[in-house]
Amino acid sequence: MKSLIAQSHSLSDPAVQLDVINNHTEKIKSFDKFEDKLENIGLHPLKPTGIEIFQINVGYMCNMTCKHCHVDAGPDRKEIMTKETLQQCLGALKDSDIDTVDLTGGAPEMNPHFRWFVDEVSKLGKHIIVRSNLTILDTRKFEDLPKFMADRGVEITCSLPFYSKRRTDIQRGEGTYDKSMKVLKLLNEIGYGKEDSGLMLNLVYNPVGAFLPGDQESLKQQYKERLWKDHGIVFNDLFTITNLPISRYLNFLVESDNLEEYMEKLITSFNPSAAMGVMCRNTISIGWDGSLYDCDFNQMLKMKTNHGAPDHIKDWDLEKLNNREIVTDQHCFGCTAGAGSSCGGAVT
Amino acid sequence: MDKTYYNPEDLKKFGNVSDFQEKLGKKFFDYYGAVFEEGALTAREKSLIALAVAHAVQCPYCIDAYTEDTLEKGCSEEQMMEAVHVATAIRGGASLVHGVQMMNKVDKLSM
Ligand code: SF4
Ligand code: SF4
Repeated sequence: MKSLIAQSHSLSDPAVQLDVINNHTEKIKSFDKFEDKLENIGLHPLKPTGIEIFQINVGYMCNMTCKHCHVDAGPDRKEIMTKETLQQCLGALKDSDIDTVDLTGGAPEMNPHFRWFVDEVSKLGKHIIVRSNLTILDTRKFEDLPKFMADRGVEITCSLPFYSKRRTDIQRGEGTYDKSMKVLKLLNEIGYGKEDSGLMLNLVYNPVGAFLPGDQESLKQQYKERLWKDHGIVFNDLFTITNLPISRYLNFLVESDNLEEYMEKLITSFNPSAAMGVMCRNTISIGWDGSLYDCDFNQMLKMKTNHGAPDHIKDWDLEKLNNREIVTDQHCFGCTAGAGSSCGGAVT
Repeated sequence: MDKTYYNPEDLKKFGNVSDFQEKLGKKFFDYYGAVFEEGALTAREKSLIALAVAHAVQCPYCIDAYTEDTLEKGCSEEQMMEAVHVATAIRGGASLVHGVQMMNKVDKLSM
């Protein structure tokens, strides 16, 4: 499977994506607007509560091409953050009390400066989270990385869309499940996910299809039981994430004729307390070219930080960013449906 | 789409049944809500039972609703199909066990 960009697919254009989620059918056009929903609960314009998490997307290159990928990542994507931009990130981090640095991609491990950067960030005493797809750690080039990350106390958060092989492989490609189990066992062997080791290993669940994630606690228990019983695998936490209607997941929704119903479901499940806790309120997202965004989803829609806040890391200004207005559109309903969704799972 | 007696859109209007009889409608929905709360059975187990019963009573609305609900609750395809087989076994068994009544009657009527 190729990325949408490599296919020259119309949905690789963020403007087309925004048009589709706003205007694809007459019914979609009539749906409530996210801004109005915020207005009704006194939350418009949406403002940050203070940046606590510095999420860096170090590149769109990935060894996989999952069907639902909101990044449209894949082996054919060449966008990679340069060392110069990473230096600028370090500069911004040095002078701030932001304590968590969250590295994502693509496969963040594939950035050629990954190891150097992790070292530099850990020297600053910041907590590091790496979002790993697991399978990358099963390749020769990266097989020493688990130990490298363990030595620096890096928290690993990895995607495992389901505890069964069938659904995992449908979404992420044949063979993903078996490789993931192999890597999880290896991570367990070096202490990840074990109580008292201090090495955090979290899993990310996201629905394999056009439905919402269920209760996070109940899914966590199911994963714990099944992975332990079937494979002897342990982990710390499980985060449930809702698929946002953008990029390849949007393509799936359109092609399977699920878009209208999915949008309706997101909108009717709008939860004011989830809206209070959306992750853009305590996170800033840095794109591979140094551009600043309110979140990784806005990044993929090329909606940069706005309303007087700087939109590039070279102009970093924590004060201004903490007081910015967050840019939103209809995709945001994905973060506020039901129990809510963020990189750290449900928000209520 | 061809017109049929069942329209998937009608599922969303289920709550409207209270329009014609508010008191009883409310009682039903309160009861319904309470039944599906986490109890001695988990919400997930209840959803699987509902999926099985939906097949036994062949309600297309409930089949749609509880297919989605069991997926959301993290049930696997295997578990969902096993629930349908439980419904099938009981439905089939319920017919077949009456065969004993038929046999008794045959015995009584036969020389
Ligand atoms: S979902 Fe993650 S692992 Fe899959 S293609 Fe996208 S970035 Fe890569
Ligand atoms: S999509 Fe981004 S901007 Fe919109 S609510 Fe979610 S985190 Fe905030």
